[in-house]
Amino acid sequence: MLDTAAHDRLPAAPGVGYKPQHFAQITADPGSVKWLEIHAENYMGDGGRPIAQLRHLSERFAMSVHGVGLSIGGEGPLDADHLARLKHLVGWLNPASFSEHLAWSTHDSHFYNDLLPLPYTDASLQRICSHINQLQDTIGRRMLLENPSSYLAFVESTWSEPEFLAEISRRTGCGLLLDVNNVFVSATNLDFSPQGYIDAFALDKVGEIHLGGHDEDEDDHGRPLLIDSHGREVVDPVWALLDYTLAKSGPKPVLIEWDNDVPDWPVLEAEAARAATALERVPA
Amino acid sequence: MSVTQAEFTRAMMDAGQQVPEGLVDHLAQPAGRRFSVYRNNVAVSLTEAMHSAFPVIAKLLGKQNMDGLAGIYLRRHPPSSPLMMFYGAHFPAFLEGMEQLRHLGYLGDVARLELALRRAYHAADAEPIAPETLGALTPDQLMNTRLALAPAVQVLRSSWPIHAIWRYNTEDGAPKPEAQAQDVLITRPDFDPIPQVLPPAGAIWIRALRGGASIGEALEQAAAENSAFDLGATLALILQGGAITGLESKG
Amino acid sequence: MSTTAKSLAVASAVAAALTAASTIPAAAATKEKCYGVSLAGQNDCAAGPGTTCAGTSTVDYQGNAWTLVDAGTCEGMDLPAMADGTERKGSLEPLERDLPA
Repeated sequence: MLDTAAHDRLPAAPGVGYKPQHFAQITADPGSVKWLEIHAENYMGDGGRPIAQLRHLSERFAMSVHGVGLSIGGEGPLDADHLARLKHLVGWLNPASFSEHLAWSTHDSHFYNDLLPLPYTDASLQRICSHINQLQDTIGRRMLLENPSSYLAFVESTWSEPEFLAEISRRTGCGLLLDVNNVFVSATNLDFSPQGYIDAFALDKVGEIHLGGHDEDEDDHGRPLLIDSHGREVVDPVWALLDYTLAKSGPKPVLIEWDNDVPDWPVLEAEAARAATALERVPA
Repeated sequence: MSVTQAEFTRAMMDAGQQVPEGLVDHLAQPAGRRFSVYRNNVAVSLTEAMHSAFPVIAKLLGKQNMDGLAGIYLRRHPPSSPLMMFYGAHFPAFLEGMEQLRHLGYLGDVARLELALRRAYHAADAEPIAPETLGALTPDQLMNTRLALAPAVQVLRSSWPIHAIWRYNTEDGAPKPEAQAQDVLITRPDFDPIPQVLPPAGAIWIRALRGGASIGEALEQAAAENSAFDLGATLALILQGGAITGLESKG
Repeated sequence: MSTTAKSLAVASAVAAALTAASTIPAAAATKEKCYGVSLAGQNDCAAGPGTTCAGTSTVDYQGNAWTLVDAGTCEGMDLPAMADGTERKGSLEPLERDLPA
């Protein structure tokens, strides 16, 4: 049955990162999945199957556009061509949400296809806020900014990450995307309390939650080093951290991200069903 | 102690460089291996993008060779745009410049075919004309008609059997390539690009049309290269591919 | 050939093409979709699979360190007449390549 509800906001329900190989099953029976997220850069071609599928899906599901290539944390200016492409995509698709990362990926006009870390200083704060203002002015809507997975720290940082994000939100009016797996990964790698991070986070600004699987490695001293690989199921401690978060924040849209070794649809849907169960336990 | 993004990228792309001071673990010890996560991510993700963009080259050379070549390529030609679906534009020339691959002269053109397939896949949609529209024209009108072609249409010329090589490596039971030159037409009647071998001089004819020549003018250019140019067979290919999107009478 | 004869030849070629195009489906010559998925996009926000090893070698990517090993279908695919890069018969100049943007 066609869901005719307005798709102007993400429901406080499970969504998944859309993969083209799941198109037929999603359109036949989405199960627990109520909304879909796409990576903006994969839909910046001129036409063909990707755009046709996206048009089709957007008639049925609330859509979230998640940018992975704008390099908001870059030292240089934002790429004007890429801003224009984002404006075009967000313009015709009119998604329920647009989000990007607290990270950089472009330097000296080379794109490195990874979310690279930055120091949390007054100077970087100013630069990021100016980039977010420019983006929000260009696309004509509010964006959500996502917390990163951290593998190392910058000596020069003077802000904690939750305070830094809250200040960006305060200065630019942007919302936040809270990746609970990223919190767990960073907390393990940099030895802080994940619950303490959630306690310090501006949960009232959170418009979406991400969950994903991570891999385990170790650093030079044999201590655990978790990698945000999105290549397997969400682990139990991250589900527990989701419960902790939702109990404080109330129900939110929760996304399952699975980008490497993408499983068959039933496996991904089962993760969404588990998120649905977690959301059911939360008083509205 | 600050770390600029220039310092970060330099060390990230060259593991022979020191990890920048100022990057630490939670005990303020040097980041060491933790920095390698980024070295790894960039190398692995761009190598995967190359495998995905050039599956036939990867099959021709094998995974080990493709990984090694991608490792060199991604450092020499890092992406200049965040659109990974178009990464690898310099790869054909890069392959042709590799001394150790000199004896595999066809690699560059096969890589060009793979890039063209990808461009066709992402090209703008276009509605083809009804073929009867063409049939309704008088012989003289036909000669003076210009054809608009779909954005997905790609034409490649090669001294190598690039279509046969592509087919042999993507289709079960396809015949082994034989030594012959092949020009290739790519159309996208629906969503999947279809590469087909063009008749001799067919590439000249289509390229002339694209340059604004009428059917008759393009025919003269094609016949100048090959007097036996088969207009019917070439036209049938572009009609089947839904590649004609408009007719314009000249003058 | 006179202009009229040329026009008539074109008209008959067009008629033949219309017949051919209506009877042979375009996809008949090729297998559909087996290569489609790899043509889609590939940006994502995941880290590489969990190892810090790849990309960390100090020598592998210097260019001169890469060595071609025997592998892949090149080995089984014999193109003897062209193995030395001989140009196609009748073509003395390197061919111009048509790669429309």
